[in-house]
Amino acid sequence: MKNGKNRALPAAILILVLILLYAPILILAVYSFTDAANIGAGGSFSVANYVKLFTTEDLRAMIFGTLLLALGSAILATLLGTAGAIGSFYSRKGTQTFFQTVNQVPVVNADVVTGFSICILLVVVFGISKDTFLPLVLGHVTLSAPFVYLSVLPKLKQMDPALYEAALDLGATPGYALRKVILPQIFSGIVSGFALAVTLSLDDYFVATYTKPATFDTISTYVVNATRGSQTEIKTALWALSTLIFLVVLAIALGSNLRKQEGSGRKGEREA
Amino acid sequence: MKLQFSRKTLGIPYGIFLILFVVAPLVVIVSYAFTNGTGRFTLSNLTGFFADPNTLGTLLYSFVLAFVTTCVCLLIAYPVAYVLARFHWKRRSVLLMIFIMPMWINFTLRITALKEILTLIEGNLAFHPFLNSVIGMTYDFLPFMILPIYNTLEKLDGSLLEAAADLGADSVQAFLKVTLPLSVPGIVSGISMVFLPAMTNYVVLDMLYNSTYIMGSLIGSYFSAYDWHGGSMIALVLLVIICLFTLLTGRDEENARGGALL
Repeated sequence: MKNGKNRALPAAILILVLILLYAPILILAVYSFTDAANIGAGGSFSVANYVKLFTTEDLRAMIFGTLLLALGSAILATLLGTAGAIGSFYSRKGTQTFFQTVNQVPVVNADVVTGFSICILLVVVFGISKDTFLPLVLGHVTLSAPFVYLSVLPKLKQMDPALYEAALDLGATPGYALRKVILPQIFSGIVSGFALAVTLSLDDYFVATYTKPATFDTISTYVVNATRGSQTEIKTALWALSTLIFLVVLAIALGSNLRKQEGSGRKGEREA
Repeated sequence: MKLQFSRKTLGIPYGIFLILFVVAPLVVIVSYAFTNGTGRFTLSNLTGFFADPNTLGTLLYSFVLAFVTTCVCLLIAYPVAYVLARFHWKRRSVLLMIFIMPMWINFTLRITALKEILTLIEGNLAFHPFLNSVIGMTYDFLPFMILPIYNTLEKLDGSLLEAAADLGADSVQAFLKVTLPLSVPGIVSGISMVFLPAMTNYVVLDMLYNSTYIMGSLIGSYFSAYDWHGGSMIALVLLVIICLFTLLTGRDEENARGGALL
């Protein structure tokens, strides 16, 4: 059934939806290389938008601020989430249930509620100034650490518990066994948890808008504010930003896919 | 005993973190929802929400918008997931990734792109606020609907369909009696990935010039007015809806946003 049938209709469905998904991004990408102020308007080739993106102080600060926040909060979330997953996995049933239940809250919760409630607790109740960046960073860690926990936990479940015991029997200290036996086996989970934490932070609008200092902007809050006004210059520079992000995501996606295929190819050879 | 202890202690920092930044904010939300500016217990936030036709209208509008968005997402995502999972494609993982990739691009930038296209087509976005919001949210959330449905369809045992065919079912019957019922977990998971964000993600509406409020916008407006108590009540109402939804759907971990990373 799968091979023999006419595949014109299925292929048409995929192509149609792909066009819907990518047309806006690609049309914007084309126009980012012109001096047109609106989509559909005529214009000639120009890289002015890209020059503006990297020379305007505002935009530069916003881009690097967003990246720094994403990396910083993802590192913290990865440390906390990984240690939390290992710790809870080897704990009693009751403790495990506590971790799994509470961990699930930010995952299912609406980001608006997460952001608002953290703002109330830290800023309103504890009086911590948003200018310290503490509410923002803690908010982003709260948003992403649960996903690190969820990516590491299945790897722990798949692990052979006897390996750790064997390492101890052969004289390894618990710390050494943790580093040399457990960590290597859950490493892929840690990496995908970290990557997920980075993308969650980069994509977030709601937590940032409720917890960030007034003078600091992430890409999301900046874009939302910029589209409220009608400054054409900023608007077209954001087209350039959107195109660059698209290209980076595409490169990472293709790269990781190629590596995966190479890996499975090698494995296949070994098996054969 | 000593070695057991060393692994368990690793969980302590995260345990404290969860109590401080997940449990405590929830407690604060509940207590703020039932107090007034002077810290006295009050039900006025609650009655204020359920007695005000405006906020009830917002709740209704959010439900309708989320419902329509979810239906549209499902109608587009199911065929895509089905075709991806049940037909033989040479580089299926790459194909799937192309459909999932938009979710790694910042959603405000994607909505900006969509807004430019819609403006080109419609001229003035203000004439079709509801339609534009549905389009915007569908555009934003579609990958989150495709992925869980694909995951369940991909795991579906092909021999079941062969058995159905052997027993005389035609392909439509086999789909309705075998494939569709078995893909329900993926559908449910996809619905929960789309419905709740569609009730709360007011930025999509803002950016597409839909000035009608949804539940998320209410929190935003209370926040701007420094009315923590009113905002907490809205957050609490949303929390209750989310709880009910989670209980109803039994949303499973693997298909949540975590599954977004291939």
